[in-house]
Amino acid sequence: MKPFISLVVLTSGLALISATPVPSDDRMIVHVLNRVAFGPRAGDVDRVKAIGVQRYIDEQLHPERIPDAAMSARLSGLTTLGMSSREIAETYEIPQLQARREKKQEAAQASMSDAAKPPAMPDPLQQKANRVVIELAEQKMLRAVYSDRQLQEVLTDFWFNHFNVDARKGPDRFLLTEYERDVIRPHVLGKFRDLLEATAKSPAMLFYLDNWMSADPNGPHPGTGLGGRARGDLPPPGRGARGRFGVIMPPRPRPSPQGKNAPKGLNENYGRELMELHTLSVDGGYTQKDVTEVARAFTGWTIQNPRLGGGFRFEPRIHDTGEKIVLGHVIKSGGEGDGEQVLDILAKHPSTARFIATKLVRRFVSDTPPPSLVDRAAARFRETDGDLREVTRTILTSPEFFSPEAYRAKVKTPFEFVASALRATGADVQDATPLVRTMQQLGMPLYMCQPPTGYKDTADAWVNTGALVNRMNFSLTLASNKLPGVVVDSLQSQVDSQSFTRAILGDDVSETTRSTVAKATSAPQMAALTLGAPEFQRR
Amino acid sequence: MISRRIFLRNGAFALVSVGFAPSFLARTAFAQGRSARAKQLIAIFQRGASDGLNVVVPFGEAEYYKARPSIAIQQPGAAENAALDLNGFFGFNPRLQPLKPLWDRRDLAIVHACGSPDATRSHFDAQDYMESGTPGVKSTEDGWLNRYLQARRVEAATPFRAVALTSQLPRMLAGAAPALAVNQIGQFGIRAGQASDMVGASFEAEYAAAADRVLNGTGREAFDAIKMLKVADPTKYQPENGADYPRSPFGQALRQIAQLTKANVGLEVAFADVGGWDTHVNQGAAQGQLAGRLDDFSRSIAALVADLGDRMADTVVLTMSEFGRAVNENGNRGTDHGHGNAMLVIGGGVRGGHVYGKWPGLAVEQRYDRRDLAVTTDFRDVFGEVVVRHLGVNDPKPIFPGYNVQTSKFPGLFAI
Repeated sequence: MKPFISLVVLTSGLALISATPVPSDDRMIVHVLNRVAFGPRAGDVDRVKAIGVQRYIDEQLHPERIPDAAMSARLSGLTTLGMSSREIAETYEIPQLQARREKKQEAAQASMSDAAKPPAMPDPLQQKANRVVIELAEQKMLRAVYSDRQLQEVLTDFWFNHFNVDARKGPDRFLLTEYERDVIRPHVLGKFRDLLEATAKSPAMLFYLDNWMSADPNGPHPGTGLGGRARGDLPPPGRGARGRFGVIMPPRPRPSPQGKNAPKGLNENYGRELMELHTLSVDGGYTQKDVTEVARAFTGWTIQNPRLGGGFRFEPRIHDTGEKIVLGHVIKSGGEGDGEQVLDILAKHPSTARFIATKLVRRFVSDTPPPSLVDRAAARFRETDGDLREVTRTILTSPEFFSPEAYRAKVKTPFEFVASALRATGADVQDATPLVRTMQQLGMPLYMCQPPTGYKDTADAWVNTGALVNRMNFSLTLASNKLPGVVVDSLQSQVDSQSFTRAILGDDVSETTRSTVAKATSAPQMAALTLGAPEFQRR
Repeated sequence: MISRRIFLRNGAFALVSVGFAPSFLARTAFAQGRSARAKQLIAIFQRGASDGLNVVVPFGEAEYYKARPSIAIQQPGAAENAALDLNGFFGFNPRLQPLKPLWDRRDLAIVHACGSPDATRSHFDAQDYMESGTPGVKSTEDGWLNRYLQARRVEAATPFRAVALTSQLPRMLAGAAPALAVNQIGQFGIRAGQASDMVGASFEAEYAAAADRVLNGTGREAFDAIKMLKVADPTKYQPENGADYPRSPFGQALRQIAQLTKANVGLEVAFADVGGWDTHVNQGAAQGQLAGRLDDFSRSIAALVADLGDRMADTVVLTMSEFGRAVNENGNRGTDHGHGNAMLVIGGGVRGGHVYGKWPGLAVEQRYDRRDLAVTTDFRDVFGEVVVRHLGVNDPKPIFPGYNVQTSKFPGLFAI
């Protein structure tokens, strides 16, 4: 620890941090690679040492300048990644729906005894449809392990989680490919306002938080004639498509009452989460009245046709044209612009700057974000009109980021753990499907976080007995080359415990871990006892 | 959480990790830490929305037979596979026969027309609400059973205080209090083939030496748990009292709950789920799809209750499903998503042999949205009563945030 601290004192004492060459202690470089990237690979420490930590961070803040050709090759077998939601729907969803409908008709005509069997076994079409989410999850894992644009991957994970959508809710299973690719990823180092609007207009979010069916209680209004089915729609859905739990897709927007929580068609779900989770935060200074007003502003923001992978559409017939007052601002115009005005108000609100700053500092620095850094990051957010590259830069070049308190202050999430283990072992992932299953076993199924809060970014959520045992077992399976589709043979020849712990943990392990690893009888066992050790659970 | 870990490190339970016979010491530690009559809750989630009207059949309602011409369960005595009369108005689906003796000896109560105040007919959202215990609020991060664990700290809590027999921790048990998800208790441990013991000991040493307090404490718990489970070898387990568990995943999950209970490892809250209730097509009546599910369901629960024997005096088995199904059968001899449903509450302390809750009737104007069984009992009043009257929580408010839990609204499942 000592050298690390003294280096940090040296850097933090200087005003012009970016102009100062940061001394290169291995532990500090491992720290940077653990935060800016998904952990060090063999040789990474030396590579960063050669160019300097500051230049490495600066490079990572500009992913567009980093060639990443090998990545495309790794992803080339995953055919759905480049497809639009419409193409995915046409290829994977609609055939399944039609087959189901036919089957249902047959079943209805068949005798009872034929149907008196246990619930349906997975049919090939269903498996084909599930393939979309699996490919997306494989992609996420592969990018985290192999992309040279590591910070972009860290931030894509962070911002997807901030604007979380669960793939298990109805058609979201085929909307997330486009959502991550076109809505989240391009904006992670851009303007927050752009990211916010992109999510607000994404079919994935519109469906997940029910805004697509939120309607003016006094509607529908006559006029533009857009109430009916779009061309190319399926015939009226009998019962609709069913997902994993037999989830029924909600009906098309209906103006009829739906009970206490959705009086006459207004659905407040998105309005509430937009303020609570996406912008202001729960204590950000809004009232229930604001929630209702925001929900009114967003009536009519709907989806062309969720089942067919259609895009955003503004539907005037269900829009509430009346005046709204949001956080004291009067919105008069009526129309699609109402929602955009709300996004302007929220993106500029000081509570949003503080909330986003707090979450980013929590991700990059500590579970207990240092208030001094949150203040500066929030100020940077306001000065730059929510420029996320600049806010991120402020955090990654701060003395707090390099402080001894921040060193190994974070427990890795299961995703960070698996990605960092694969990087540490130089694993060659030929098929990432088993890793997608691993993430389920570790309690963090990718793209399947149920609440809109996203997965927690603090240690308490991830440290428990079952999870810890699973991590140790994953380390064993991986290091002993027993994970199907993943090859770690480089380990067999190269690893002696000393160089491995130096490359991966900056040689900073307890005496017990060191001697335990040294006593191991084989290279894979050494690697497993390092990856499963308490030191490797932190970053 | 820290105080709990300190206890584990210093208290009697920590002795387990220094080489004494775990089961014996666990039992001792457990007996020291808690009263001999520790209460237990076994929560069962029927995922997919079970058709409560064909499970606990309102055969006294003419409207029921009008609404379900091809799938209704016949009135008691009317036919071979008729409803099993409970109280002259309600009857069990005949496939619940294994549970009928529990009703007869007043160990089984029913809460009918029970459910959520939220209108959603999405399985996804409704399961979420039933598990978070906050209908209508999606951003709740933890489940109500976990908030129970937080609200009622147990000094001598073991790693097995809360266990889900599922591969992933269900939302209901997720949260700050430790809870274990384990699909097959015999497979919980370090898996390194021949080297398992050696590698396990190595990992254990690493975590025992860790200065990191959180990982150190959890590491100790993990290895204690592994040792305790090793003793509880499921292959050697012999159910008692003639309990005959189905070989289904659900039956085997309940069998493991009984096994953990009898191993005295401190199990207080157990969870299992069972799917296949989404019967939109050819649901059947006394036979068929739903009947098949009920057969597994009722035989598994009956086996559990028999197996636990006199431990049932301190145990409650609570069943739930995210919502009920529409009153009218649909065009495919099935039923669509509805609203109110029936819950079963089983246990020695339960005032059984009674159907609780106000029956709203099935006439069209009595239905919710003119189509579904209306909800007259908020599910939180059932959960709340179990938490207060059975598990002994004084203040249930933190467990059900945003809800005014009032004992006056409790169905009355337990004697005060």
